Amino acid sequence: MIELRNVTLHRGERRVLDGLSLSLAEPRIGILGANGSGKSSFARLLNGLLLPTSGHVTVDGIDTRDDVKAARRRVGFLFQNPDNQIVHPTVAEDIAFGLKPRRLPKPAVAAAVSAILARVGLAGSEERLIHELSGGERQLVALAGVLVMEPAHLVLDEPTTLLDLRNRRRIAAAVADFPGQVILVTHDLDLVESFDRVIVFEAGHVVVDDRSGPAVHAYRALCR
Amino acid sequence: MIDALYIAADSPLHRLPAGLKLAAIPVLAALLFALPGWPVAAVGLAIVLALLPVSGVPPRRAAKQLRPAIAVIAVLFLVQLWFTDVAAAAGAALRFLALILAATLLTMTTRATALIEALEALFRRLAWTGLSPERLSLAIALTLRFIPVLGQVVEEVREAQAARGRDRSIVALAVPVLVRLLKTADEVAEAIDARS
Repeated sequence: MIELRNVTLHRGERRVLDGLSLSLAEPRIGILGANGSGKSSFARLLNGLLLPTSGHVTVDGIDTRDDVKAARRRVGFLFQNPDNQIVHPTVAEDIAFGLKPRRLPKPAVAAAVSAILARVGLAGSEERLIHELSGGERQLVALAGVLVMEPAHLVLDEPTTLLDLRNRRRIAAAVADFPGQVILVTHDLDLVESFDRVIVFEAGHVVVDDRSGPAVHAYRALCR
Repeated sequence: MIDALYIAADSPLHRLPAGLKLAAIPVLAALLFALPGWPVAAVGLAIVLALLPVSGVPPRRAAKQLRPAIAVIAVLFLVQLWFTDVAAAAGAALRFLALILAATLLTMTTRATALIEALEALFRRLAWTGLSPERLSLAIALTLRFIPVLGQVVEEVREAQAARGRDRSIVALAVPVLVRLLKTADEVAEAIDARS
């Protein structure tokens, strides 16, 4: 479980999040909100990419301020633009990037890479070059690079914004298969339809926190 | 981009270890510069040219890669001719041609992955100097990864400016490209943090 206690976050002079306390226990949680509402900053707090200005964020009991590396190992993070997340020129190398500090033998790394590629629907793509992949395939490679680390939680920051409908479905399917907790920041209301809980942000505050149906309904009303 | 130069084939040159090919270039350079005179440079070029049929690289592809270098070598030849004589100018031109062709053969017969691994092995031997092999090889991988991204960003910005009728302005191209690259650099750094 990820918990936030009295979290306030400033970025420069601006107060992005204000006095936030939440327990995130449900397996599937959607985060909605307008641009600039604080939802991306909120996502970055969950794996310690940002540390709260005051208050505490804990991941399965680990305070991100005390041991950010241990917290990050438990929380995988997928960014909106795969081009900024993929650091190696070929698929297999990039997926193996996160595994490097574990110093596994080469065949074990290759087996893990192949297995994860099959899981995201890109079996046999090990030697393909990143710049020759489509945008959707790149996002799947970025997701594979996160999943191969076997995190307990998966935080996704608008992962389908740059994708067409087919690729959105491929990402949604890969995310649906994830056995751990999913926290998905999105503008795509279809993606959170079946989620256990949806939280809506506005100007750094939680304005709706409910089951998916009523929360999406309330969000639509807010956007009118 | 370096992988765009690679030509998949199963030639003896492709099968040679990347480290060996990588080491051969400075050795060739040292020999060509240590033994001056155009006949030595001509022999060097002949040896590299003899490797071309062995490499499985179509001569036309190799020639295409060499084309931009030819102009530079022509200028070098003329400058040398002005200050020295025909023999010295020919020696310099042949020497550079041999080296550039050898480097072209290296990139055409070696995958970027294999080159990075070879360099990583080299960096590990240099660890005693305080250099971090992981950091150096990540820097090289990032460079190779982002060369095509850079090309794409330039193309997108050029298109956008052309659509606004500003396709000849360097400032209109450079400013948005720079802004996007700085933003990308921030985001990549954040992603590396998230992944390690």
